[in-house]
Amino acid sequence: MPTETDTMRDRFLDVTSRLLDEDPRLALVLADISAAGFARAAERHPDRVINVGIREQLLIGATGGLALTGLRPIAHTFASFLVERPFEQVKLDLVHQGVGAVLVSAAGSYDWPAGGRTHMSPGDVALLDTLPDWTVHVPGHPDEAETLLRHAVKDGDRNVYLRLSVHRNALARPVVPGRFLTVREGRRGVVLAVGPMLDGVLQATEGMDVTVLYAAGVRPFDAAGLRAATGAGAAADVVIVEPYLAGTSDREAHEALAEVPHRVLGLGVPRAEHRHYGSIDEHLAAYGLDARSLRERITLFLR
Amino acid sequence: MTATKTISPQHRPHLHQGYGFEDLPALMALMTGAEKHGPAATSTLDALWVLYDRVLDVRPATFGRQDRDRFLLSKGHGPMAYYAVLAAKGFLSPAVLPSFGAYDSPLGHHPDRLLVPGAEIGSGSLGHGLPLAVGTALGLRAQGLTDPAVWVLLGDAEFDEGSNHEAVAFAGASGLDRLHVVVIDNSSATHGWRGGIAARFEAEGWSTATVDGRDHEALYAAFTAAHPGRPHAVVARVEPKES
Repeated sequence: MPTETDTMRDRFLDVTSRLLDEDPRLALVLADISAAGFARAAERHPDRVINVGIREQLLIGATGGLALTGLRPIAHTFASFLVERPFEQVKLDLVHQGVGAVLVSAAGSYDWPAGGRTHMSPGDVALLDTLPDWTVHVPGHPDEAETLLRHAVKDGDRNVYLRLSVHRNALARPVVPGRFLTVREGRRGVVLAVGPMLDGVLQATEGMDVTVLYAAGVRPFDAAGLRAATGAGAAADVVIVEPYLAGTSDREAHEALAEVPHRVLGLGVPRAEHRHYGSIDEHLAAYGLDARSLRERITLFLR
Repeated sequence: MTATKTISPQHRPHLHQGYGFEDLPALMALMTGAEKHGPAATSTLDALWVLYDRVLDVRPATFGRQDRDRFLLSKGHGPMAYYAVLAAKGFLSPAVLPSFGAYDSPLGHHPDRLLVPGAEIGSGSLGHGLPLAVGTALGLRAQGLTDPAVWVLLGDAEFDEGSNHEAVAFAGASGLDRLHVVVIDNSSATHGWRGGIAARFEAEGWSTATVDGRDHEALYAAFTAAHPGRPHAVVARVEPKES
């Protein structure tokens, strides 16, 4: 059962193993990553738990083939090898074939800083933005990851990306897919915190007169929720804090607020390569995403 | 595209089951406007015909059934022979063939499964069909459908793409015995395949046969050879592309 220290990936292993027992339409495709964690599920369901080895083009191609036969496949590995490496397979073997799958990533943008650039995928959500009709969930807590995973598996034949991270918030929020959650209300602007960025944003904006929205998912973008949060005023100031490439959701915010004068500050992982190792906290600080940096940047923008 | 020639089974009283192999050039002419076609345009024609005429258990009436055989055209370039065979077998109306490549046509220069009746996959970018076929074979097996065969057609130059080699190794190791590949070898791979293409499959535990890709009886025998516990690859050799 969940503990204070369990990770989203632990929860994914546990819940998916149980879903495989319950749902004969569910299949899981792996490329060695997490295979040990699914060993028991593979014993129980040898035909529906498939480890293709270190072959990520095949990971997505076989996932597309499974979907063509009517199954609901989940494909899982680190984000860099799930979205970036086999991107053309994502584009053609899923989207172009008109079939759907659930892609569940781990390691995200900065989960393993000592692993360096090769295991960092800050561009995954931006890449998926080049394709039509993706749902993108970015949970900030293992409980939210479970809710969103269960939703994704039952989400028809949609293509769904579930972005898991070891970076997490202390508390789970009552997330509803496709909806932003109002965590705090204020009058001087709106700060939209995505997934694991919420705790840092709440700390950064302590005592500030701003609305804090929480997004455990960014595609589809809850445009109505953002508009409502900006109020009926003549202008809107919006800060978006995302755990991947800075500015990824700026375009969505501009579209949502197209009818009103507005400003958007997009904060997240910088595009430049950051050739340092160390810890997640050190990387967040270097990216200007720790609470102190966030407070400075948000204050400057709203001044 | 000015071809105006029309053909139909009614005009060929000797045929009772529809079109025959000898009708395919005329069907292709509806797309190409040419009476004769070079080796490159017809490199897949004989293999496709033998598969659809004598091997695959799939017809327009059964295309919606889960237990149909699947044919995945991975080499989506030069699909006129494929469209001609689909038309001959009743998946497509020959009346749409002259629209080949036109704005509203279902028939692109690479096939799109959402537009072409009878097409299992959309292809064109090389190296996608075999991994999709692996997943299809896995998906059928997982649903207890151990009868349907999954066939995928590749070209020898397409075999350059590394994604094929991911699939060949995995399928061999997994003993995916409902998976079948036909490689049309017209010697078009830039660097060739020293030792032959079949050797790549054999090394990964596949059953293989290499035959004359114009000889229908040889193709049929190779396509229907038993291969218990192993996937099966047929290399069909045809005239070099530049001949």
